[in-house]
Amino acid sequence: MSRSYLTDEVTLRSWLTTTDHKRIGILYALTITGFFFLGGAAATVIRLQLLSPDGHLISADTYNRLFTLHGVVMVWFFLVPAIPTTLGNFLLPLMIGADDVAFPKLNLFSWYLFLAGGLLTVLSLVAGGVDTGWTFYTPYSTLYSNSNVMLAAMGVFVVGFSSIVTGVNFIATVHMLRAPGMKWFRLPLFVWSIYATSLVMVLATPVLAISLLLVIAERVLGLPIFDPRFGGDPLMFQHLFWFYSHPAVYIMVLPAMGVVSEIIAAQARRKVFGYAFMVYAILGIAVIGFMVWGHHMFTAGMSPYASLVFSFLSFIVAVPSAIKVFNWTATLYRGQIALDAPMLYALGFLGLFTLGGLTGLFLASIPVDVHVTDTTFIVAHFHYIMVGGTVSAFFGGLHFWWPKITGRLYSEAWARTAAVVMFCGFNFTFFPMFIMGYLGMPRRYYHYPAQFQPYHVMASAGAVVLGAAYLMPLGYLGWSLLKGAKAGANPWDATGLEWTVPSPPPKQNFAVTPTVTTEPYLYHEEGRTHADARRLTPHRRQDEPAP
Amino acid sequence: MNPLARLFSAEPTTGAVRTDSIFLGVCVFAVVILLVVLVLVVGFTAVYRRGSRARRGELPKWLSREIEIGWTTATLFVALFIFWWASSAQFSQWTAPPGALEIHVVGRQWMWKIQHPGGAREINMLHAPLGVPVRLVMTSQDVIHSFYVPAFRMKQDVVPGRYTETWFKAVRPGTYDLYCSEYCGLDHSAMTGKVVIMAPGDYARWARSQPEGDSLADQGRASFVSLGCGGCHGPAAKVPAPPLNGLFGSQVALADGRSVAADESYLRSAILDPAKARVAGYPPAMPAYQGVASEEDTAALVAYIRSLAAPPAVEAAR
Repeated sequence: MSRSYLTDEVTLRSWLTTTDHKRIGILYALTITGFFFLGGAAATVIRLQLLSPDGHLISADTYNRLFTLHGVVMVWFFLVPAIPTTLGNFLLPLMIGADDVAFPKLNLFSWYLFLAGGLLTVLSLVAGGVDTGWTFYTPYSTLYSNSNVMLAAMGVFVVGFSSIVTGVNFIATVHMLRAPGMKWFRLPLFVWSIYATSLVMVLATPVLAISLLLVIAERVLGLPIFDPRFGGDPLMFQHLFWFYSHPAVYIMVLPAMGVVSEIIAAQARRKVFGYAFMVYAILGIAVIGFMVWGHHMFTAGMSPYASLVFSFLSFIVAVPSAIKVFNWTATLYRGQIALDAPMLYALGFLGLFTLGGLTGLFLASIPVDVHVTDTTFIVAHFHYIMVGGTVSAFFGGLHFWWPKITGRLYSEAWARTAAVVMFCGFNFTFFPMFIMGYLGMPRRYYHYPAQFQPYHVMASAGAVVLGAAYLMPLGYLGWSLLKGAKAGANPWDATGLEWTVPSPPPKQNFAVTPTVTTEPYLYHEEGRTHADARRLTPHRRQDEPAP
Repeated sequence: MNPLARLFSAEPTTGAVRTDSIFLGVCVFAVVILLVVLVLVVGFTAVYRRGSRARRGELPKWLSREIEIGWTTATLFVALFIFWWASSAQFSQWTAPPGALEIHVVGRQWMWKIQHPGGAREINMLHAPLGVPVRLVMTSQDVIHSFYVPAFRMKQDVVPGRYTETWFKAVRPGTYDLYCSEYCGLDHSAMTGKVVIMAPGDYARWARSQPEGDSLADQGRASFVSLGCGGCHGPAAKVPAPPLNGLFGSQVALADGRSVAADESYLRSAILDPAKARVAGYPPAMPAYQGVASEEDTAALVAYIRSLAAPPAVEAAR
């Protein structure tokens, strides 16, 4: 038997020059973990400052730079790459029965691009930071800001190409490298979600690149592009920016939906309810998601008729998201449900994503949006989707496939505790923001009117809990790496080709190319009784390692 | 009173009443959906926990198909209903009623400058009469700001290079918070102020007691002279230039074949950047006043040109 991808070669050089999709997934995982804690540290300082309505823990200038740092790092260096480049890289070839992605060298190149973009951005921080907000709105970013806009924009520009390259690679992989018999409608939903995400990445990211180049051209070369004094239009930038940045929300959340579909099916031992509808919903979200960007601009001074169209399409895009929530719920019906750590994260995702999605209905309603846009209501809404949704799903996926990736089990008790603490901490942090947002608390405020202090104190207290929950996995997953029990090929007794290879997988993935003959998620058969189900007791209570 | 209870008990404008009713309606719907999902997830997890004795087995294919189609359609109809409800409410009140009191707002880092039609000027304060629709014509001198009065549920970005507008009709006197809600740099969070709603008589008294006696239109007339506009647009001008009497509110044929309404936005751009929208039949003789006339001068000039069409609202407000 061939050696695992981890032990095949162990030199640093072998890691930095690897073209193995699994190793590249690990490289990404390490990199984005660094960025996650960098962005998290910025959020921590912001929450501390906001404990007091007129505090001076940091200066107003530092505050503005910190929320910009938090946004830029979390969006482009954590949320966008989080699931596709780590779990996606690792699992996509395994799930479709391939030995690697279509272009392994390109895959490594995209990691180096990511690193280069990251370094440029870190450099802009070391040089003093950026104070434009992650949205880079003109003319502030081009004519008024005295900060390192160009470096940061270049960083994001470069990392955008990493996205595009990864997207192209995944699209080619899914088209070209599916194992014999792996028809489109036999693909696991995670593969579908990564495929749809890749399409969005490839189509939307170039527009981000263009808008950032235009910002740089106006700021550095003095070309009048958005400057109204020379006939430019600052709203043009917003259109360009949101043409990318709204689909980017779906880049962040579609892979999360894929992860959750896998976990719920495996932990409920039940075929995903309405598989075909789930696929159509993924594609529907990806397509309609391109046509709703204007709902970020209802108060920007856009034509009322444009607002009407964008409002309509925003309501339409809610439908496929709702269908997915209903389907996950219905998948539980008549299942054999276990509540292992990945499932707790997945159910946490379900609740938080539902609340985040429902608050989207408020924002699609123009009069309500006019009131709450640019308040903490918006901040709460998108954190429910991106943190409550995507980050929960990322942790769920990490726990679900951890045994596959590392070959080790972790402490189930610690993992469940972290999942529950994360869910509670998240709600404590962000729910108060809905309330104070409707009361009128603007976002990006360094000092604020004293009547909002109770909500800010609640949010900051919740953030402490949330921060602790994010640190916990570092401990017990680290422990698992060193002392965890061996996992075996399929600790969850799950379907899917990735579970047919040893854990951790050998370098070449499959000794023999698999042939697929059935649809996915065959967890239950007609007439199975509860007595049969007894055999499916959770898999590893006895040999659980002490944390 | 706690802020949440106060929130819905004393809405100070007609717009706030409308927005809150939509908000509460969507709230009810959202809570119902959230509860349904929550109860089902918790219920299923309890009943179908691994190893429980509950009945299981596959659902007939037609049934799951019907369910899918059912909830897709239901969701679609609910979405369309909320869209119709919110949008019709918004659309019916998008523009201010005719005869609204027009107040000019200029945002800059980091203050709000207000110009009343009667000539009064204030900073970070907006006095306005009760029961009268007030139309705000706004622009920015530098970056994008946003004029936000939470109690009114009213927000409008204030964009350099153009006029944006919004309006309100207050039904309850009082003093309300004004915030800048579009991030605008260092002191963004200090760009706040107050909106004071007073009985119309009090407003008139307040306006009269302000030091600047000239109305905004009169200030515009003074600028008209000092900037030399009269050399071409005046009665004795030798140069062919579009007449300004009766211009406001009319349709203007442009040299490029378009026809535009002569509103505040058009007049502003025609003053600052006349080449962009040249009037048909006239030579491109007018210089751009970008950088020559400030936003406040421009607002006064616009008010002056508007007064040449004798609009009733400006006079009525004095």
